[in-house]
Amino acid sequence: MSQPGVIIVGAGQGGLQAAISLRQEGYTGPVTLIGAEPGLPYQRPPLSKAYLAAGDAEALVLRPESFFAAKDITYLHSTTVEAIDRDARRVVLPGGRLDYDRLILATGTRNLRPPIAGLDRALDLRTLADAGRLREVLASTRRVAVIGGGFIGLEFAAAARKLGHQVAVIEAAERLMARVVSPLMSRYFAMLHHDWGTEVHLGQPAVAVDETGVTLADGAHVPADTVLLAAGVCPNTELAEAAELAVENGIRLDAQLRTSDPAIFALGDCASFPDPRSGRQVRLESVQAATDHARLIAAQIAKGATASYAAVPWFWSDQGDRKLQIAGLAGADAHEEILADGIVARVDAIGVAALETVNKAGAHMRARRLLAGHAPVSLDELKAAVLKTAA
Amino acid sequence: MVKLTFVAPDGSQTQIDAPEGTSVMKAAVANDVDGIVGECGGAMMCATCHCYVDEAWADRTGPREDGEDDMLEGAASEVTPLSRLSCQIKLTADLDGLVVHLPEEQL
Repeated sequence: MSQPGVIIVGAGQGGLQAAISLRQEGYTGPVTLIGAEPGLPYQRPPLSKAYLAAGDAEALVLRPESFFAAKDITYLHSTTVEAIDRDARRVVLPGGRLDYDRLILATGTRNLRPPIAGLDRALDLRTLADAGRLREVLASTRRVAVIGGGFIGLEFAAAARKLGHQVAVIEAAERLMARVVSPLMSRYFAMLHHDWGTEVHLGQPAVAVDETGVTLADGAHVPADTVLLAAGVCPNTELAEAAELAVENGIRLDAQLRTSDPAIFALGDCASFPDPRSGRQVRLESVQAATDHARLIAAQIAKGATASYAAVPWFWSDQGDRKLQIAGLAGADAHEEILADGIVARVDAIGVAALETVNKAGAHMRARRLLAGHAPVSLDELKAAVLKTAA
Repeated sequence: MVKLTFVAPDGSQTQIDAPEGTSVMKAAVANDVDGIVGECGGAMMCATCHCYVDEAWADRTGPREDGEDDMLEGAASEVTPLSRLSCQIKLTADLDGLVVHLPEEQL
């Protein structure tokens, strides 16, 4: 009987990277990648950016079909895993069972659905199918309301304005992108979107969606023909929970990205792991975390590597002609320091937590290198490295 | 189709055919050329598709795009005057036969 090999549940960018990295690291056993969506694995970030304008789905595909055969990776699309049988080391599929030696959960997230009346009228923007639908609707609509002022909501808002739509953004918190950027950066982007002609509503949760638009908590009405829901996500942890794996804001991982079962790993948006700098258990929604997780897990499975996860987080968001980049990860306890026009540092009790930049890629890259080098990094060190040519 | 040759640091060569209009990065990734990662998908956000354009081709691939210099600051391997982000080199008929060299590492 052949060895059971590695099963990866979830065929987003992280799941696919795990399969790719297993082969790059020399793993020779069977690799099975299981995805719930149809078609080949694709990139999600452009769905709220370039894809909305150009509509080129081909350009999103991460690897051609021939890749899977060439690398001896079994790819099952349109397949939802029903359960994990940890004792038997087996996953249950609609059409049967598959044994594993190691299991990697890369199940991603789904949209949070806040308690808003009539929310089923709102469109989602998570999948290629969602984005395709949204493009169709945008072809005939004029007024768009976006529930949620995070990366995706704002990227979409900027793209929709560019296409000539009337756009309103509705954010329940007092500021935009509150979870991920400093108050200063929130204000800057609120101003930008306002200048681009988008109506920005802050501190007012949506309470109802109907055919005329969106009603806010204070009774104000935002007229809209199309409503997009982009109010954050929740991790897909049901499979893990049913298998009694530890779950805490995502599938809980240790520093080597193992779940509470040493034969099972998790990666990317569905998992929480100890932040190397602060030690806090964090869950990140980013391509970087998903792919860096994937590489570490693959090296562990293929070669028995024992390194702890230590990658510096980074994020980006393209909004209109502005390229927002974040190096590092700041918690709510960080304060902000303006270093130069478009460059904001976030500093906490340990040292520099993150650097936020707008259209300053050089500064971003220098900060990434510095933060990867050693810890902690002081504000003076950051200034010396970042302001070299950025000012 | 356009012919493209990638030369690894050890001198080994990979030849591929790629359609006009695609980028050198996309062509490399689609053909599983080891040594080009292209993590961000061509958004100029990651500098993991760094390559060195062969000297004979440098005039035809043209100068770096806006912002490319900045991102190259974060490249994992040495940056030289021939360094480019391969996601920013679009294949045209004029580049048929293009040779690019791969760096030691991308991450």
